Formats: sequence, structure tokens, C-alpha cells
Amino acid sequence: MSSESLHEPAELLSEETKNIHRAIVSLVEELEAVDWYQQRAEACSDPDLKAVLIHNKNEEIEHACMNLEWLRRRSPEIDERLRTYLFAEGPITEIEEKAKAAQAGGGKASAARAPQSASSASSSNPSASGSLDVGSLRSR
Amino acid sequence: MSAMDLLKRKLAPVLPDAWKMIDAEAARVLRLHLAGRKLVDFQGPHGWAFAAVNTGRLDLFDPGADPEVNIGVRRVQPLIEVRLPIRLSIMELDSVARGAENPDLTAVVQAAEKAARVEDDAIFNGLASAHIAGIIPASPHTPLPMPADPRQLPREILRAKEILRRAGVNGPYALVLGSDAYEKVFAAAEEGYPLAKRIEQQLVDHPIVRASAVKGGVLLSLRGGDYELVVGQDLSIGYAFHEKHMVELYLTESFTFRILEDKAAILLRRA
Repeated sequence: MSSESLHEPAELLSEETKNIHRAIVSLVEELEAVDWYQQRAEACSDPDLKAVLIHNKNEEIEHACMNLEWLRRRSPEIDERLRTYLFAEGPITEIEEKAKAAQAGGGKASAARAPQSASSASSSNPSASGSLDVGSLRSR
Repeated sequence: MSAMDLLKRKLAPVLPDAWKMIDAEAARVLRLHLAGRKLVDFQGPHGWAFAAVNTGRLDLFDPGADPEVNIGVRRVQPLIEVRLPIRLSIMELDSVARGAENPDLTAVVQAAEKAARVEDDAIFNGLASAHIAGIIPASPHTPLPMPADPRQLPREILRAKEILRRAGVNGPYALVLGSDAYEKVFAAAEEGYPLAKRIEQQLVDHPIVRASAVKGGVLLSLRGGDYELVVGQDLSIGYAFHEKHMVELYLTESFTFRILEDKAAILLRRA
């Protein structure tokens, strides 16, 4: 249960933080499942079972992506990093440098792919999205 | 246009640290006062571009000259956009950069309180011009009396629960109290035992919610699927303009509120 893996007393944590925790734990579990299915499928000697396991693996990838997207919508910081690193070309380790150079030169390294996002805001102003992230205050 | 552009925050003569304090103070006050969001389903945020909710309904026109031709117009529920000004001293905000930890953000607090009130008013009391019915006016149940003596309240809560149950509305149930009733209930005790504690532990399934938009009290179901707050742009702070010594920001949101099952709440009416 995700509530068992909280690192701080639950009463000290906001509902927002608890929900983010739930999403992160779910994301970890989905990616673990992808890993397991991948290994099982590879080791499996029955072709039909192998096909089922690969199908299952792909389902878990879908779940992981949905979890990640939820986190991205909640966190401008995650949103900014994902827009910088995902769907980029060239060596992954050079993406950050390129993004910084483009920003310094007034370019739109990531903003070009981010028409609806707050990600083009400079990292010195993390609250640039303007949303106060109040969202639902319902606790269950 | 992105949400960030519409809010024009980058154009404001406000330093990042001051923005952080403004945002944090607004969020704190909003979370403290918003009552409806603690109870109803939340859908969104869908962003500025989201203008209306599909109701699935069709309003048919009167038949025209050709009886073979039928025309109807789709019924949608449009979102409303709320905007409240926040006027702040630039000098005061700049003091944050000099290390001040307590800039005067009274205007932020006041705007956040008002915004919470506007949203809760629409949720509980409705807003006819925006096609928002409101939980209280929409409830078909005959209101129960909110007793002058809060120690009589448990009996009315039991009656209210029974009425909802008979209408097919199951729990969990929550009790919402207006400011006066809330204070009375929390000050009251039965043989030394706090009344509020008894209500929360034995009669309802959620901590009592204080809602200044409510007069009296409301008992409602939290089972979900009955009430839906649909948010376009969630509560945000944008920039309007500035003069030499003053900057005007604004607190804004776009939303509508829908009632899918009007029987899921009953009013406890103040005498």
C-alpha cells in the first residue's frame, strides 16, 4: 500500500503531496512491471504466452505514461524537464547545454514544442505558470 | 495563447521571490476558505481555452414552415471567468529582495477570501445568470430546522441522513456549516464532551466543513457523481498594469458547477 511508504507522518503532509506520492509509487510499480514482463517474455519458450506477455508489457507502458502525464500536469518542474529531454535529438547528455544556449540566445529550445505550457518560463521563476495549483481539496 | 501569456506575469515589475510569496499566500488562504472543493467532484483544470461543458441535451426549435425539418440547438453549460484585483506597493514587494520575510500582502489575502466566497457561493447558492443551480436551491427536500441550541443538532443530522437514505442517496455523508453555526457547534459540549467531536465521530463520515457561503447547514453525500466543479483555468494570479509606486495584479479562475443529482443534499435552515 502506498500509504505505508510515506517517509513523513501522514498528518504533516498535504493532500497534494500525498497524491503526488501515490502517483510516483504507481509509476515505479508500472515500470517494474514493464521490466518483469520484458524478462519473462524473453525467457518464455511458448510463443503464445510470449505474445501475451509482450501485450501485457505494452499495457504497463501505457499505464506508466498515464501516471507520468498526471505528474507532469501537476508539477511545472517535471513539465519543464520533460519538455527539455523528451523527443529531443542528438546525444542525451548534451540536451541540457543546448537548451541553456538556446535560452540565453533568446531562442525557444523547448518552448517551440510547448505551445500550451508554462515550461518556457525561466527556471529562476518556478511559479511562472501563474496557477496556484489549488485543484481538488477533497480527501478520501 | 498559453495560460502564461494571458496572465502576463513576466511583464510585472515583481521579482521572482516576491511572486513566490504572493502565490504561496494566495494558495494558503484559498485552501483555508474554499469549502465546495473539499466536497464535490473536481474536473479539470482544462485551461483558458475550455469554454463550456457538454450537457448532452438538445433544445428543439418550434416547427417551421416545413414540418419535415426539425432543428435543435445543443445545450451547453458555459464557464464563468472571475477576476479580482490585487493592488500592491512595489516598494513593499521589493523589500523581499532585501530580505524582508513579512511583506504586506493584505490585498492578496482579501482577494483570495473573496475568490473563495465567489466560488462557494456559486456551488452552494447558485448563480442564475451563469446557469449554475446551486446545491441548496436545487435540493428537492423540505429543509429541516437548524436548532438554536446546537446540542439538538445531532437529532436533525440523523433525520437528514434518513431523508437522503430514503431518496436513495447513500453515504458517506458530510456536514457543512455556515460560520455562525460552525462556531456554535465547536463551542458546545455535551456533559463535557465536545459536540463537534461527537458529530464527526458518530454521525458523519467527514470532518465538519465551514462554509461562509452557507446560511445554516447542509448535509450532503460524498459518494461522488452528484456534484461537479468543472474548472478551466484554475485559480491563478496575473498581471494587469503598474504605476510608479503600485502594481495591480489579479486573481482569476474560470469554472462552472453542475448538479447531476439534486437529491444528494438537504438544507438545515436557520430559524
